[in-house]
Amino acid sequence: MTFEEFLFWSLALITCISAIAVAASQNIVRAAVWLLFTLAGVSCLYLLLGADFVGAVQLIVYVGGILILVVFGVMLTNQGPFVNMKTSAGEWAISLVVGLLMLGLLLGCIFAANWTELQETLVVDDAATSRSANDLGLALLGVAQPTVVPDAQAPKLNVLPQQKKTPVAYLFPFEIVSVHLVVVLVGAAYLARAKRRRRTAA
Amino acid sequence: MYEWIVAYWTPIIAIIAAALLMGLMLVQAIIFVWLERKVAGRIQDRLGPTRVGGKFGWLQTLADGIKLLTKEDFIPDAADQFLFRLAPYLTVVGSFLTFMLLPFGLGIIALESNIAAFFFLAVLSTEVFGVIMAGYGSGSKWSLFGGMREAAQMVSYEVPRAMCVIIPVMIAGTLNLMLIGRQQEGFIWEWYLFHDPFTFLAFWVFFVIVVASCKRAPFDLAEAESELVAGFHTEYSGFRWLLLFMAEYGSMFTTSALAVVLFLGGWHTGLFPKDLTHYLGPLGNVINVIVFLTKGWLLVFVMMWVRWTLPRLRIDQVMTTGLKYLLPMSAALLLGASLYPLLWNTFIPTAWQFRDPPAIPAGPAPLKPASVSGPVNEPASVAAVKP
Amino acid sequence: MIGLEHYLIVGAVLFIAGIACMAGKRNAIGVLIGVEMVLNGANVNFVAFARYNRNLALEGQIFALFTIVLAAAEAAIALAIVLNFYNNHVSVDVDAAEELKG
Repeated sequence: MTFEEFLFWSLALITCISAIAVAASQNIVRAAVWLLFTLAGVSCLYLLLGADFVGAVQLIVYVGGILILVVFGVMLTNQGPFVNMKTSAGEWAISLVVGLLMLGLLLGCIFAANWTELQETLVVDDAATSRSANDLGLALLGVAQPTVVPDAQAPKLNVLPQQKKTPVAYLFPFEIVSVHLVVVLVGAAYLARAKRRRRTAA
Repeated sequence: MYEWIVAYWTPIIAIIAAALLMGLMLVQAIIFVWLERKVAGRIQDRLGPTRVGGKFGWLQTLADGIKLLTKEDFIPDAADQFLFRLAPYLTVVGSFLTFMLLPFGLGIIALESNIAAFFFLAVLSTEVFGVIMAGYGSGSKWSLFGGMREAAQMVSYEVPRAMCVIIPVMIAGTLNLMLIGRQQEGFIWEWYLFHDPFTFLAFWVFFVIVVASCKRAPFDLAEAESELVAGFHTEYSGFRWLLLFMAEYGSMFTTSALAVVLFLGGWHTGLFPKDLTHYLGPLGNVINVIVFLTKGWLLVFVMMWVRWTLPRLRIDQVMTTGLKYLLPMSAALLLGASLYPLLWNTFIPTAWQFRDPPAIPAGPAPLKPASVSGPVNEPASVAAVKP
Repeated sequence: MIGLEHYLIVGAVLFIAGIACMAGKRNAIGVLIGVEMVLNGANVNFVAFARYNRNLALEGQIFALFTIVLAAAEAAIALAIVLNFYNNHVSVDVDAAEELKG
């Protein structure tokens, strides 16, 4: 077992087990703690995949932002310190059956598909496959780049014949997302303030 | 044997680097606790520890540590056992992970990353979760209040902190902390602190934010002993309490060290035109590490000084300071720092204009087998820098 | 040898755990947690494709970034709605929201 395989298997196990624990735990704060391990595990998987920037964004947005927000929400809405909202056995059974069926469907698809055509058989050097933060930033700024990474080891690779694609840039989606975030900021502030305003008016 | 070493080179080096950094964190915490008590004593016109280990009480912290380790492992009945046990470890991990991104000298860094500054902020922002869990899991009202205050404070101070980090990053043109450090090579006016008026102000704003985000006085509302007994660690004792404090001292040092890298010239003395390794070889790097640690410890000392000098703010004042003053200030500084070079270059003679950051000679990677290196690899990294 | 399938399986497990979380939890915040896990499962797939196919090296990571940002926005709005719901119903049980039932 190489070191990379060891890392992958341990991270994947942590991620999957804690994801199942999130779904299974009855206490919502426990669920949030398991979610922490899930998100951190996913972030480490991104790092393992050579996507440093996405991994760091995952850490800062999910763990540093969303998770804190969720815990805030839990604390603001709990009546007692340890409130359980029990799910009945019937609901559990339904969600378990549906979940297992869907998992079977997805796994069946994954194993049935022939990924070797899409996937390069050789794991190439990180520098060649993974895009750095610079490339991501340029793409988001609208600087179009060739989508196909220049190929240093072409003879060794078993890849699809690369059709010429037009270079793509993402300035417009980036702007849309920024405007979206501003709208969300205003909307969340409005929703959270609504009650207090009514009280002062009354 | 040799093949085995080659195959597992990366994890071996990583473990050595982690052990060294862990040792640094522990030893530092011991020194800081002693220093804190001495500083507090001096400021309050008393002596501080004097007995244990000779005249200055050198071994006081060690004695305290042994006392803490032998205490009863106590968990309150009302506590959520799982969260209560887990929380200190989460906090320590968040604090420790930042150590691996610090450049202690030329090529002396555990993990040289292209997004190091961003990753640093990301890891720091995870530290607060452990504190919230400690507050919630203790099952005590004081702890819960402490945890909630801490969460509110951390979340609101994260934004201006990130903005202040962006200012030197923008000047350097890279997120790589090692490169940011190398670009400040030379005399003291090459430091980003003196780059332009906005960076000069940004350092002070950043330092205030850092003090607040380490939950140090005057912003230590999470553990305000006059209001909340001891805040989020009211119910903790023994080894877990020790871990919580190690995390606090660790993050004090790492955030100070981040300020040193971003503004205070990193490991450079500021007295010579070139890096010390240029003159002295590997010995220069030893001096570099000492200089870096000294600068970091000086900032930590200033934090202690501030703690024992200023009275504590109220929680609403803390939030006001963060959201109404520091956030607009850092936004204005970011804007100013980005416009200043443009305007300056438009109206000022060519000779005095800002130039692009000097191109760093792209040496080969410091260590061949992997991007992970540690202080053990001094000669390799030094050789990489020499032309 | 770790291949694309391994990551896809991790993504599938995350997705299913999220679906089960959404279906099984009665706490509105639990449902929100489920949504986050579903998005994470999808993101793992995006980044894995970005790693293993050079044609998607940029697209995969950028889509993942967009998903993360939109998930943050979604979480903020969803929590604001949950807090409002709590103000009106003094509960975050999703079964309590039944005024619009025909």
